[in-house]
Amino acid sequence: MESINYQNFRIDAENICVDYNGKVALYDANLRLKPGQICGLVGMNGAGKTTFFNALTGFVNISKGKIRINGESVRSAQKDQTIAYVPQSEGIDSQFPINVWDVVMMGRYGSMNIFRCPRESDVQAVKDAIERVDLTDDLSTPIGNLSGGQRKRTFLARAIAQRASILLLDEPFSGVDIRTEKLISELFIQFKNEGKTILLSTHDMIHVREFCDLVLLINKTVVAYGETSEVFTPENITTTFGGISPDFLFGPES
Amino acid sequence: MELCSFLTLDSFITDPLTHDFMRKALLMSSLVAAVCGFLSSYLTLKGWALMGDAVSHSVMPGVVVAYALGLPFSLGAFIFGVGSVTLIGFIKQKSRVKEDTVIGLVFTGFFALGIVLVSKIKSNIDLHSILFGSPLGISLSDVKQTIFISLLVVILLSIFRKDLMLYCFDPRHAKTVGINVFFLHYLLLTCLSLAAVVGLQSVGIILVVAMLITPGATAYLLTDKFDNMTIISVLNAIISSLIGIYISFWFDLETGGSIVLAQTFIFLFAFLFAPRYGIFKLKKFFAGYKS
Repeated sequence: MESINYQNFRIDAENICVDYNGKVALYDANLRLKPGQICGLVGMNGAGKTTFFNALTGFVNISKGKIRINGESVRSAQKDQTIAYVPQSEGIDSQFPINVWDVVMMGRYGSMNIFRCPRESDVQAVKDAIERVDLTDDLSTPIGNLSGGQRKRTFLARAIAQRASILLLDEPFSGVDIRTEKLISELFIQFKNEGKTILLSTHDMIHVREFCDLVLLINKTVVAYGETSEVFTPENITTTFGGISPDFLFGPES
Repeated sequence: MELCSFLTLDSFITDPLTHDFMRKALLMSSLVAAVCGFLSSYLTLKGWALMGDAVSHSVMPGVVVAYALGLPFSLGAFIFGVGSVTLIGFIKQKSRVKEDTVIGLVFTGFFALGIVLVSKIKSNIDLHSILFGSPLGISLSDVKQTIFISLLVVILLSIFRKDLMLYCFDPRHAKTVGINVFFLHYLLLTCLSLAAVVGLQSVGIILVVAMLITPGATAYLLTDKFDNMTIISVLNAIISSLIGIYISFWFDLETGGSIVLAQTFIFLFAFLFAPRYGIFKLKKFFAGYKS
């Protein structure tokens, strides 16, 4: 067996467990991702997808196991702006009085001084990011006036502006228009070429086959993990979704 | 006679200013209103109205104990304010009781403790002025304390303005980019306790929560920009205070109640006529009229 160099892995989660006041949300979960890999996180509601994300970002503490990001602790990954989290649409108060520019600028907060005064470079990063998601015409639009797809792109721009090397995306394709979906999939290819590591949760099995090199099937713990072509089998999917056949979930395979 | 003199607007405004206690009340209440109004934007957006209610009631025993021991009342209030929130968090975590129930039972418990203490501890605490405020009877030491606390809160909120906004908007992102969310949580709580302390002087413990939520709620109906929301909230709070005090002076009404009523009326006005978010959506109306 070849020896493992932890530096090679962007994300290295080893036997992690998370519990909320004694209630187990995730146990013995493992995940290893390298630069340029895109991994789909698939599971039922309540299977621990969001918990997995929360553990990687340090939003919840793990009760067991170890997480290394680029070989370092989660804490130092936070300091280095390594991880960007793109929230689910439902996780955001869309009525919050804030516009596109200010949301994207939040991606730069971690590297600013205590007063969060934008420097020239921050302004440039925000401009570039907004351009990449094609929202240049909506700089000062309040997020409440955006469509679901535009709002999704705003948060994607925030992650781009952060210049993170790891992107965690919670249901990036839910509730978005075709144009946004196309734009996101183009961005994924660019991210991959830039060597970014992407972990995305999704309900849509077609997206997994389309974008993901790897897939992680979870149901409180890892059901299966590996190359999409090998792991993403009807049997594994059935196990992940508690015995419901994939035909029932996404129609008969063509 | 008074009845004749307030027929002219000029004397309606200037006459009360000839009294020393009125000048002091107007100044102090404006300051307190500004502080509460500033904080109000954050509480409204964070959904902490009930928390504001809890903290403002829970400071009661702290105020009483501090008075009895000859300590600054702000210290006692602060300890009990933060203590109540900690206790709420603890009970919520360790029991199956729902959060709003826990909040309700903890703050009423603290409040009751305060009332019992007032009756037991022999002191010159005036229960009425704690419950309903007494902006017209603020002592010099209270003035100093109020100014000090107000400046402290305003400075803290100003420094961490953007971080607090991010914390209210998306705490998960804040944590992900290495911002100390735990610190921000307690900073907001600390400011809340301190604002409740200064606020109780002008409108009293029972109504101070109105100072902490109504201006922010009104501003929320009027703008889509966070900075504007803060400015509108502060101005709204100050104007309501001034209106409330004048009204109470001329019509001999309870001052605290008048201030809060003024805020409520301004909110109702915004609720009905706010350009975009009001019931009658004036912006749309005028746009339709033009075309």
